[in-house]
Amino acid sequence: MNALNSLIDGFGTALTPVNLLWAAIGVLLGTAIGVLPGIGPAMAVALLLPVTYGLDPIGAFIMFAGIYYGAMFGGSTTSILLNTPGESAAVVAAMEGNPMAKSGRGAQALAAAAIGHFAGGMVGTILLVALAPTVAELAVDIGAPDYFAIMVLAFIAVTSVLGSSRVRGMASLLIGLTLGLVGLDQMTGQQRLTFGSLQLADGIDVVIVAVGLFAIGEALWVAAHLRRRPPEPIPVGRPWLGRGDVNRTWKSWLRGPFIGFPFGAIPAGGAEIPTFLSYVTEKRLSKHKDEWGKGAIEGVAGPESAASASAAGTLVSMLTLGLPTTAVAAVMLAAFQQYGIQPGPLLFEREPDLVWGLIASLFVGMVLLLALNLPLAPVWAKLLRIPRPYLYAGILFFAAVGAYAVGGEVIDLVILLIIGLIGFGMRRYGLPVLPAVIGVILGPNAEQQLRRALQISDGSVTGLVNTPFAVIVYAVIVLLLAWPLLKKAVIRSRAAA
Amino acid sequence: MTTQTTDIPPAQGSEKRSWLREHSELGVCALLLALGVLVLTDALTMDVDIAQRGPVGPKTVPVVVGAGLLLIAALLAVDVLRGGRGQAETGEDVDLSEPADWRTVLLLAGVFLGAAVLIEPLGFPVAGALLFWGAAFALGSRRIDRDPLIAAGLSLVTYTVFNNLLGVPLPGGPLMGVL
Repeated sequence: MNALNSLIDGFGTALTPVNLLWAAIGVLLGTAIGVLPGIGPAMAVALLLPVTYGLDPIGAFIMFAGIYYGAMFGGSTTSILLNTPGESAAVVAAMEGNPMAKSGRGAQALAAAAIGHFAGGMVGTILLVALAPTVAELAVDIGAPDYFAIMVLAFIAVTSVLGSSRVRGMASLLIGLTLGLVGLDQMTGQQRLTFGSLQLADGIDVVIVAVGLFAIGEALWVAAHLRRRPPEPIPVGRPWLGRGDVNRTWKSWLRGPFIGFPFGAIPAGGAEIPTFLSYVTEKRLSKHKDEWGKGAIEGVAGPESAASASAAGTLVSMLTLGLPTTAVAAVMLAAFQQYGIQPGPLLFEREPDLVWGLIASLFVGMVLLLALNLPLAPVWAKLLRIPRPYLYAGILFFAAVGAYAVGGEVIDLVILLIIGLIGFGMRRYGLPVLPAVIGVILGPNAEQQLRRALQISDGSVTGLVNTPFAVIVYAVIVLLLAWPLLKKAVIRSRAAA
Repeated sequence: MTTQTTDIPPAQGSEKRSWLREHSELGVCALLLALGVLVLTDALTMDVDIAQRGPVGPKTVPVVVGAGLLLIAALLAVDVLRGGRGQAETGEDVDLSEPADWRTVLLLAGVFLGAAVLIEPLGFPVAGALLFWGAAFALGSRRIDRDPLIAAGLSLVTYTVFNNLLGVPLPGGPLMGVL
């Protein structure tokens, strides 16, 4: 009940005219940027960070929530109408959505996606309201060793669950950890990797790392391999759904969140796995199996709803534990740090206005998203025709604005370019970008928790495993690490049998 | 994600060159190795006596990270020599069937650096417009009538929105002094 009262207070915050305006701007900007080909939600959020610098934290995060959901929806529009998704979560949307668009049912595909997002986001956010305060309460007592264990889990999960190569994931993580080391040691003030430079003593701002890796790296990478003729988007009218379509999809919309939400909350790559699971589930349950692969509407509705709910799940671990499970959450965590706010169990006690205003604005944002996106879909579809030189020049332009706005220093732009070139190299050689970003953001924090834990235990390593919680987390880590070996053993024993 | 390799067709000529080209990923190992050595050197030459508090000082984590970099560099080298390849990233506008266009990348980096240098003397509106126009030009846009106008418009609007509406200060430069 307490959560409900807080939520009502949150609506009081979110529904003031100014905050309503920020939410609407966030949803519109997020969708517009997310629709642009080549821009996924993480880059959209990173590029739009500077827009919020001048706002108070509450306004900024309300706008952010809108950008997040808007960018996710925008991404699925791109994959339905273009069929060449740039980010993995939108791959599933293209599998049935694009055949639908090709056979003239693009309007229905977009409507199924939009309503799927709405339904998934609503159910997901309700679960967030129900669960987050409890998780935060449970987590209030956890100490330095537990935090350290969670962060190690995040590092291991992000390198071994995602991507095809663990070595390359680890390499990326270590690059991120190295970037995070630059600057003054938080506990002693010792200079590390600064090479005597005053500018580096402040450390490299995480926003610059995120914008560099996501935006500059991507723009340079695409520039090196720019398609001579960009893919033609399929024209589309105003989205709508007939009665038959609604009858086929409403169950998919409601099933999606229960697959998406739990996967969003754990560090397993956000929407990628749940959208696929939802796709498989819907296919198995479908009464129209012959349509699959040729444009089955359930294959759009279910995964989109799962994706949207996974975003809400992501927020649970981000807000209550300070644990980013996706690239977007990592950038959002960076934004929190900009305001000197540390997400974690105490956030709900210390900043109730902010947290509940943010959660309430998720509901507001979802309604706005549905109300704006159904009529505006033809406009979004036009954005897909943007000439590519303008698109990527624009990305570089806004990346420069963002990096310069952080501190008004030219050196930041040079660092941005260098990190962008690192991002370019990582894309060329298949090093995933997310572990590096997680490393930069969580690295310094993990080090602090480690040192605090060892300080308490007076240097004894047992101080890291003296709580049941930490032991459980380490057990999960061992399981994750041993998983490929176990899988091999299982396959071998089956083959032998 | 779709899997595609970017193996550049081996050049005619010496076998050694094509071997190096195919194993260019070893360059990543070399960079990781160099980074590891750098981090370790920095950590081990640290003068920590004055500042040490608690059993774990500012050295420990850098030493672990540096050692990790060396280890991963070695493991990656083994993987590459055994035939492992990192998959180049795909995307909406990415065409991996053609070799990388380095000229464009270098031009873009140059334009970006140029704009970074000019932002303080000329102000954001001018430097930003040059950045956009230059980048669009590097990416193959040749509309002399349209490109500069779009660049100038975008830059001015961005400057006004950030500086005057959103409260994020950007340098106006001499141009804004005149206007």
